[in-house]
Amino acid sequence: MTTTTATGRRRSYVSGAAPHSTGARIGTSGKTFQVVSVIVLVVFAIIWLIPSLFALKTSLTDNGVAALGAQAILQHWNPTLHSFASFFQAGDIWNWYLASGITSVITAFLTVLFASMAAYALSRLRFRGRNVTFLLVILGIMIPTQVLIVPIFQMLNWMSLLNTYWSVIFPQVPAVIAVFIFKQFFDGIPAEMEEAARIDGANRWQVFWSLVLPLSRPVIAAVSILTFVGVWNNLLLPLFVLSNPNLMTIPVGLATVQSSFGQRYADIQAGAILAALPLIILYLIFQRQIVEGVTGSGLKG
Amino acid sequence: MTTAQAPAAALIKPRATRSASAPRSISPLRRGDGRSGWLFLAPFGVFYLVFLIGPTIYMIVASFFNTSLVHTDLGSFAGFANYAEMLTRPDFWSAMWHTLQFTIYTTPPLVIFAFVFAVLTNRLRHGQWFFRLAFFLPFILPSATISLIWVFVFTPATGLWAYLQQLLGMTPGNGILANPNTAMIGIAIATVWWTLGFNFVLYLAGLQDIPRELYEAAAVDGASNWAQIRHITLPLLGRTTTLVILLQIIASLKIFDQVYLMTSGGPGISTQVALGLVTGTAFTDNRVGAASAASVLLFIVIVAVAVIRQLFDRSAARREA
Repeated sequence: MTTTTATGRRRSYVSGAAPHSTGARIGTSGKTFQVVSVIVLVVFAIIWLIPSLFALKTSLTDNGVAALGAQAILQHWNPTLHSFASFFQAGDIWNWYLASGITSVITAFLTVLFASMAAYALSRLRFRGRNVTFLLVILGIMIPTQVLIVPIFQMLNWMSLLNTYWSVIFPQVPAVIAVFIFKQFFDGIPAEMEEAARIDGANRWQVFWSLVLPLSRPVIAAVSILTFVGVWNNLLLPLFVLSNPNLMTIPVGLATVQSSFGQRYADIQAGAILAALPLIILYLIFQRQIVEGVTGSGLKG
Repeated sequence: MTTAQAPAAALIKPRATRSASAPRSISPLRRGDGRSGWLFLAPFGVFYLVFLIGPTIYMIVASFFNTSLVHTDLGSFAGFANYAEMLTRPDFWSAMWHTLQFTIYTTPPLVIFAFVFAVLTNRLRHGQWFFRLAFFLPFILPSATISLIWVFVFTPATGLWAYLQQLLGMTPGNGILANPNTAMIGIAIATVWWTLGFNFVLYLAGLQDIPRELYEAAAVDGASNWAQIRHITLPLLGRTTTLVILLQIIASLKIFDQVYLMTSGGPGISTQVALGLVTGTAFTDNRVGAASAASVLLFIVIVAVAVIRQLFDRSAARREA
């Protein structure tokens, strides 16, 4: 059930171990089925791609043409990067990127470090109170953090952290699901290696830092990417804890675009694409880790 | 800062345990586990207590007081007045109803489409990557991006949606989001498009756990593709389906982003949802106590579904073992 087995499983289906091997034996009715399923899939995949492609097409159209409506946009063949250029020149987007980048990276770093440490204690160390602590962690999974937005705001207010990047970072660090994912991974690492290192005189921290963490690269990658994406996309928290326009993260900044840009549809869609661009690039690079991480957190979280 | 402290603490530890040598029958390698256990847990524990447990307790306490945003204290004691107010406010019940409405609109398509797409994709020999990209990519986009895209698609009269309606010979009305009766449907359509990928990959993972031999044996016995899906895939994905439905309900109860960005709860309050009511009461009306009472009620509903989910998981795991 650890990420390692998930990796193995995934490889096997990418290479084609899925049920389609029955295809060799199926007759004409099977072939019809195959053809029908491909057609159904292609039709829906196109439906699923249309909104994104339409947004892309609009962002490459002149604002004046875009204001005329969908038909004009689809019939217009004169792509321009004007909307993207004006976004970059206006400068706000750089502040938003900076805010989203800083908060996402720092949160991912702290989450990975703290969650892996906690998970290591819960997985490997025997101490009084461990089972109770683990129970608390499991209970924590059920707490819907979004519903806590008002008290979290109050906490940050008391700590005078409102309108700082920390107000976005700190509340997102205790991701209980990350502890869970790390613990399941650590449970699967054979204890013998660690014991050998301990006999050689390494203490717990040295074992964790120089033996266990290097072995955990796949799960570290998965948790960091998932945390990064989660923080980058979070709207609710930064919307209420950041009111300084210079500190706004991408989703909060974009929320202002809708109302302030009016009929400049091409510019609006360019903003929508720019907000998503880093994530799309991330997805294309780390496709496997993202899908596995999302699946793992869904199945366990 | 914690990174710097922790190794130092760990270096002191072995000596400390040796001096307190009361070795019962624990292996020498286990000595000091207690102290390092808590040291390893401490950083996460602090954040867990301050930003998860603390706010939960504060929310419950504040729900019994007339707390406001301006004053740092709790304000005067209110007893159950905040709850009484919420439970008798029509806009509270309408927000709860809209949340339920959203759940009802989105869950069936999100489960059925994801199931069908996953089963069909899984049977493909080539090009699985393309369908995974098409169906999953929207899921990692920010809610702000998807909202801007769909508000634009739903632009009255000239938007892509209206254009398609015209092509199909329908008369586009004054916009799906502008009409109180259809606004939630518009939000639901955008949401299905956005989050289907999550269920899709969960189903694909579930499909990997079904042994290929089952299909092969069925094929030898002459079972058609349709029969294989109905009698093998469907029952064996039962656990995934229950999980997907419960996760969907939990996510729907917490809906906020799409509504805030696409309609801000409007027209009127026709798409106002529970979390929108909570944040509105706290940050616009400045009434933290009343907002906390609403939060507690929503909290209870969500935790109840989450508990069902955990119980289901555990019993399913036991059955498998």
